[in-house]
This record gives sequence, structure tokens and C-alpha cells, in this order.
Amino acid sequence: MVGYRIGIDVGGTNTDAVILDEQDRVIAQVKTATTEDVATGIETALSRVLASARIDRRQIRHAMLGTTQCTNAIVERQRLSRIAVLRIGAPATLAVEPLAGIPEDLKQAMIHYVEIVRGGHEFDGREIAPLDTEAIRAFAQSVKNRVDAAAVTSVFAPVSPDHEERAAAIFRDVLGADFPVSLSYRIGSIGLIERENATILNAALTGVARRTVQGFEAALAGQGVNALAFFGQNDGTLMSAEYAMQYPIRMIACGPTNSLRGASYLTGLENAVVVDVGGTTTDIGVIANGFPRESAVAVEIGGVRTNFRMPDLVSVGIGGGTVIHLKPGGGFSVGPESVGYRLTEKALVFGGDTLTFTDVAVGLGKVAIGDSTRTASLDKELLMAIYRDIIARIEEAVDRVKVSGDAVPVVLTGGGSALFPDVLAGASQIIRPAHFNVANAIGAAIAQVSGEIERVYSLEKTARTAAVEDAKRRAVAVAVEAGASPETCHVVDIEDVPLAYLPGNATRIKVKAAGDLVG
Amino acid sequence: MRYIDEQAIERITLGATLLGTGGGGDPYIGKMMALQAVRRYGPVALVAADELSRDELVVPISMIGAPTVLWEKIPSGREMVKILELMEAHLGKRAAAVMPIEIGGVNSLIPIAVAAEKSLPVVDADAMGRAFPEAQMVSFYLDGLVPNPVTMADEKGNTVLFHPVDAVWSERLARSLTVQMGASAAMSDYALTAGQVLTSGILGTLSLAEEVGRLILEARRENRSPVQDLLDTLHGFRLFTGKISDVTRRLEGGFTKGEAILEALTGKTGESLSLYFQNEYLLAASGDRILASTPDLIVALDADVGTPITSDRLKYGMRVDILAFPAPPKWRTPKGIEVAGPRYFGYDVDYVPVEHRVAAAAQ
Repeated sequence: MVGYRIGIDVGGTNTDAVILDEQDRVIAQVKTATTEDVATGIETALSRVLASARIDRRQIRHAMLGTTQCTNAIVERQRLSRIAVLRIGAPATLAVEPLAGIPEDLKQAMIHYVEIVRGGHEFDGREIAPLDTEAIRAFAQSVKNRVDAAAVTSVFAPVSPDHEERAAAIFRDVLGADFPVSLSYRIGSIGLIERENATILNAALTGVARRTVQGFEAALAGQGVNALAFFGQNDGTLMSAEYAMQYPIRMIACGPTNSLRGASYLTGLENAVVVDVGGTTTDIGVIANGFPRESAVAVEIGGVRTNFRMPDLVSVGIGGGTVIHLKPGGGFSVGPESVGYRLTEKALVFGGDTLTFTDVAVGLGKVAIGDSTRTASLDKELLMAIYRDIIARIEEAVDRVKVSGDAVPVVLTGGGSALFPDVLAGASQIIRPAHFNVANAIGAAIAQVSGEIERVYSLEKTARTAAVEDAKRRAVAVAVEAGASPETCHVVDIEDVPLAYLPGNATRIKVKAAGDLVG
Repeated sequence: MRYIDEQAIERITLGATLLGTGGGGDPYIGKMMALQAVRRYGPVALVAADELSRDELVVPISMIGAPTVLWEKIPSGREMVKILELMEAHLGKRAAAVMPIEIGGVNSLIPIAVAAEKSLPVVDADAMGRAFPEAQMVSFYLDGLVPNPVTMADEKGNTVLFHPVDAVWSERLARSLTVQMGASAAMSDYALTAGQVLTSGILGTLSLAEEVGRLILEARRENRSPVQDLLDTLHGFRLFTGKISDVTRRLEGGFTKGEAILEALTGKTGESLSLYFQNEYLLAASGDRILASTPDLIVALDADVGTPITSDRLKYGMRVDILAFPAPPKWRTPKGIEVAGPRYFGYDVDYVPVEHRVAAAAQ
């Protein structure tokens, strides 16, 4: 690996950028405001970090972007592509039609055409019905010039993707070889509704993803940077531009994972709890074997139930700008509102009139920010009670995300982490790494490329070791396809879950492989 | 008689998760099926068993198979209609109503979908008053009723009617057929008269599920815990409030068995609770002292938001309230305890009603 790399992370408040050298040392870092159109903020951060680095731009080989554009499109119900929704599974599945659980306003915002055709598979790979190719062809013809993308979901596609692949071939035959088709087996796991929802969202993000990718590439070119562009995924790994345009839903919620990965890199810890303190909230997550731990339960994206894996985070409504209310008779209450980015005008220590968590920490001498004399009149005992209350909440949240009662290292990142003490209950040590305030952009820059597969195997037909080997091989192939170098690609996680009540000794095997970027 | 509409379905879903006592399967698919049917065909009448004539036919409707398969291969909706029509054709009698066989989990909502499509009422009753994992664990079996005939159907259009000699054979044959049908199928057994439902069913349980759901939603709206309301309505007890400090699971005979250890929150150190489950929560103990056991209902609620937690979601660090409710009287008979008491599930303890255990502990 030679050359420099740029990492950019778009957050709700700030867009951060860093440049790392070939030893992954931070040689430039900037924090800029996130702009409403996101792309402008990315361009600003890019030009500023390049200006401050003073390096030969031609030596920048890779540029990584973790961005909120796809998340915003779903949450704001804007800029969504027109889609054809095909479900393969009739006569099964008719009792719950596609899009049934999607909120009405999102459905309205998404121009869509729905068809359910015969086909799909049983849990053991038998066909429920032969694939109705004529019905698919007719559907594809009926949506010609009316849609920009298609979402295809077939029953038990994670066991047998054959019908989805054949449907995609028909769509491309009718609508052109470049027509984007999202296939559910590449996107989600067992659980038809959740996987179908994720596939629908993925297809609806086709246009946003293309503009995001092309916009970033154009911004790089505009700055004279000829680097390969990569995009952050929600599991803390990267994907190539081409892959990002195919699986834009994977870009959702990549921000918190970037912070977690950055914290892991900056501390060299493979296992730790990361406490990322912002202005309004504190996000607490877990690094397990160098990767963010994923949540075990279904996650909603913009009100849509999906079985998409997200980093398992506990978010507490406490940050540097959290407002403290003093009650007339003594006593107090903490938040949940925050002065947010207006901390520097609202907080007491900055000459404002609002008592914030920052003022409490300054008043107790925990940290030196602003004008500490403005907190002198406050009762120290009361401030201590408030501080203890806040820290107890954080400690409880740290305890919640741990997998056992053992004390673990806790890494503090984010601008507000300076307010925190050097001792926390349940923490074996507190670590405040250098560059802690741009850990997210560093996380984007140092990430590896990954691939993941999840399949159900019948152990009556396949030996367990053969099934695991097959799953590993497939995961590595997916990672390489996403942009990992084949030489460095290795399996980072294997999960093997027998399926309750299922005959035939069925087991679900999930494998994740990751490798370095192709040089 | 009253009607089950979309809002009632939401409430029943939440109540059915609680009455599922940690098992019963995620009712989400059942809810979505019921919602689609009610939107298409209109609200469903809910009738008490005594609102029907004693000799009218009532047909229980359920799904059998692997929950994982049900989430993936969602039913067609036709298979549920087929098992009903096959039963009617064989008995030469039209059904006056359908009913759920269990009130916990997904099977509490599926009959609503069939009822909507067939314009039939649903009887406000079931045969468990909670969820249990095995087919003979129904109140009809306790009263010596035989599941004969049994009808089954899959989404492909296959239908089967068979005459098992007893509940064990019914279960055995149904499981085999279910595998061939793709590990998820519709099943109807114990076709009954309304009079039999009245004497051998657990009555009022759909209303109860809806009331439980209403209490939880109301508390959520008012940003408070639903625990006290639930204890009052279901005559229950709060066994413990604490944090999960450990969960172990193992797969045994197709069931997930396990144990969760809870520790009291800061301030009450030393106290702990062990919660044993086999899909459903079956036993709660503090040290050597048993606090509650099956067939009484043991429920775990998220201590922050009051939502029932199924056993597959238990994990370290969760704050939970553990509640126990008396089982319906039919389960507290010697036969009921033999069929679904702690010893049946392999726990070497006698069944003692939860109210006696709580009273003894207070001594």
C-alpha cells in the first residue's frame, strides 16, 4: 500500500476530513459544517483538507466517503427513484402484500408498480412453483419508461437465488442491460417482509446513490485528485463506487460505525466500548474483534421494518450542549433538549444565559472552556450532584452495551468527551486517543473492504464442514467483488445458527470476509 | 358482540406477545395478515362462546411449523380457508365461527384473517390462555376431547383430512405432513360445538389480549410503566426488577432452552433471579426458592418502555420487570399440571400456584 488516502465523514452537524500517509498517520484534519445539500459540505471539507496538507495530490490513491445522503433521502422522503416491485412466491405470500408495512407517506413519495408472480422456493430448495417467466416479461414491458429501477424478492432466495437471477435477466432483456435490478438475496436474510422492504429501499435509492458517487468522483477530479473512490458501509467497511451504486442501502448509518472503527484504530484495541460524545447525544457502541457489534433485532429505517443489520448503539440524550434545568426548591433535571451547535453563544461560559453540561463541568474545574468565572456563583454541591447524575447515566448505558459484567476498556471520542472524568464504573481504563475529534473520518479512511453472505444449508445434504467452507468461499468472493484485494482477504466472522423447529437439520451460516483495498 | 378493527388488531398483537410468555412466535406476520384481511373485507365480529347456539360448529384455525419459515414463506391465505371448508364439507355442517387455538403469539391473529374473508365471527376464547410449545397442551385435551378429524392445507393447494386416534398421533402425523408441505402449513383440529367451547375452552382471552395491549399502549402514551395496571388486570405479581447479567442458550429437540440470570439494580446488591425458558418462560427462581413456574404465566417486560420481551431477544444489560400471572384454572388441575407443569419440562420441582409462593415468601 503506497500513497496517501483521504477520509471524509458526513455527520448531522459536522463534515470531517482527514488525510493519512502510507503509515496511516494523520497529516491533515479539518472539521467543517455539514450543509443542507451535503455535497457542498463535502467539497468544502475536501478542498480545505487538501489545502492544509500541502502534498502532491497525485500521490493520493484512495478517497473514502461516509455520507448521510442515502439516509436523508429515506428520512426526508425525497429524491427517490421510481421502482418496479416484483415478488416471486405465489401462491404463497399473498396474505401480506408488498409494501404493506411501509409508512403511507413513504409509499406516496415513491412511485411504484407491484406484481406478484408464481415461483420461489421451499426452505429445502424445492420449488414452490415453477417460475412464471411470461408474467415477469409482461410486467417488465408494462413498466417500460415508467420506472428507474426494480426490486426483486423471491421466497427463500437466501437458500436458492435462482428465481431472482432469472427475473433480473428478464428485466435486463426487456429494459436494457444497464437497468438497475436490486435482488433481495444480495441485501438481506431470512424474513421475507423485512428483506423485501430493504430491497425496495435499495432500489428507490438508485438515483441518489448514482448522484452521490458521481458527485464525489467529480469533486475529487475538480481538486486534481485522481484517487479510487470508496464508500462507507454500516458495518464499518468500505465498498467500491460500482458496488455502492448497486447496494446504496448499505451506506445507511455508516457514521457511527466509522467512529467506532476510528476509535479502534487510534487505540489499537480490538475489543472495547466506544463512547462518542457530541453536542446533543452520546452514542455508545462496542468494538468486537475490530468491528462494530451489530444489533440482533430488526431495525427500522425511516419507519420501515427491515432485517438489515445496524451497529448496536445505545444513544443517550446527553452532550456538551445538554440543558440543565434548576428547580425553584433545589433539585434539577437534565435535558433532554440541547443548545446543540449554538453552544458557543448559549452556554454560560460563552456569555450566554443557558446552564449546560459544559458549564457544569467547567464550574467543577473538570475542564477549562470559555470563561470559568461565569460559573463562580453556582453552588458547587449542586453542580457535583448534576455531574454525578449525568455520569451515572453514561455508566448505565456503557453497562447496557457490554456483553458481560467484566470491566472493559472505554474509549472516549467526540468533542464533548473532554467533559468526562478519567474513571467510569465498569471501565477497566479510560482512553482518550489523539485526533479523538475526527475519529469518524479516520475510521472511514482506514476501513477495509468486506463481503458478507448468509445462507441456509441442509446438513442432511451437505456435511457441516463443507457447508462452512462453501459459505467462506462465497463471502471472500463477495468481498473481492466489492473491491478487496484477493491476497489480503480473510474471514473475520462466522456465525452458525441452527433453525428451531426446522426439519432436515437446517442451519443458517453467516460469514463475513474483509481485506485491504486493491492498491 | 363487538367488532375487531385495525386498531384492535394492533392492541391484540401487543397483548398476544405478552400472553405468549416469551414464546409463541413473533406475531408480526399474523398481524399483517389480519390487517390486510380486515382492510379488504371489513371488521370481524367478536362473539362470546355463549352468544352462539350450543350445537353450532366452531373451527379452530392455526398455523403449524417453523416460525422461521412462516416469516419467509408467508401464507397464501387460501390454506386457512381450505382447512375450514374441508372441515365443513366432511362434517356436513357450516361453521358458525372460528377461534384461535392459542392466544400467545402469531396464532392468536391468524383466525381473524380467515374470519374476515369468510364473514364469520371469531369466538372470544382459545385453548391455552397463553402459549405452549406442544399441540397436546390445550384445554380440549385436558377435558378428554380427541382431535378428530384434523384438516391441513398448504399454500400450493394440497389438502389433507385425517383421523388420528389421539392427540399424540395428531401431533406426530401433522408434523410429518408439515415437513412435506414446506415446514409451514395451516391446521385445524378439535372441531367443536359452541357448547364444547363453553365448557372446555379458555374464555374471554381475545378480549384479555386486547385489554393488555390497550394498557401497554396507554401507559406508553403517558410515558409511564404499565406494570401496575397489568398486575391489577391480570391479578399478577411483580417477581423482580433487574438487569440481565447472563444468558445461556442451547438447542435441544428442536427447542431453544436456556437460562437468564438477573441481578437487582444498584442499591439492592446480592439479590438475583434465574429465569428458565424453553421458547416460553417456564420457571423463575431466586437461589433455592422457586418464585413461579409453568403453567402460571411468567412474563418479561422491558423496564423502560413496558414492551414484552420474547426469550430469543434476552441479552446482557437489558433492564427488565419479571411478572407472573395465575394460569387459567384448567391448567391448575392435576391433569393440567401433568401436561404442562414444571416436571413435564424437566424441572424437578412441584407446581405451587404463584399466589401461594408469593404469600409464603412474604412470611
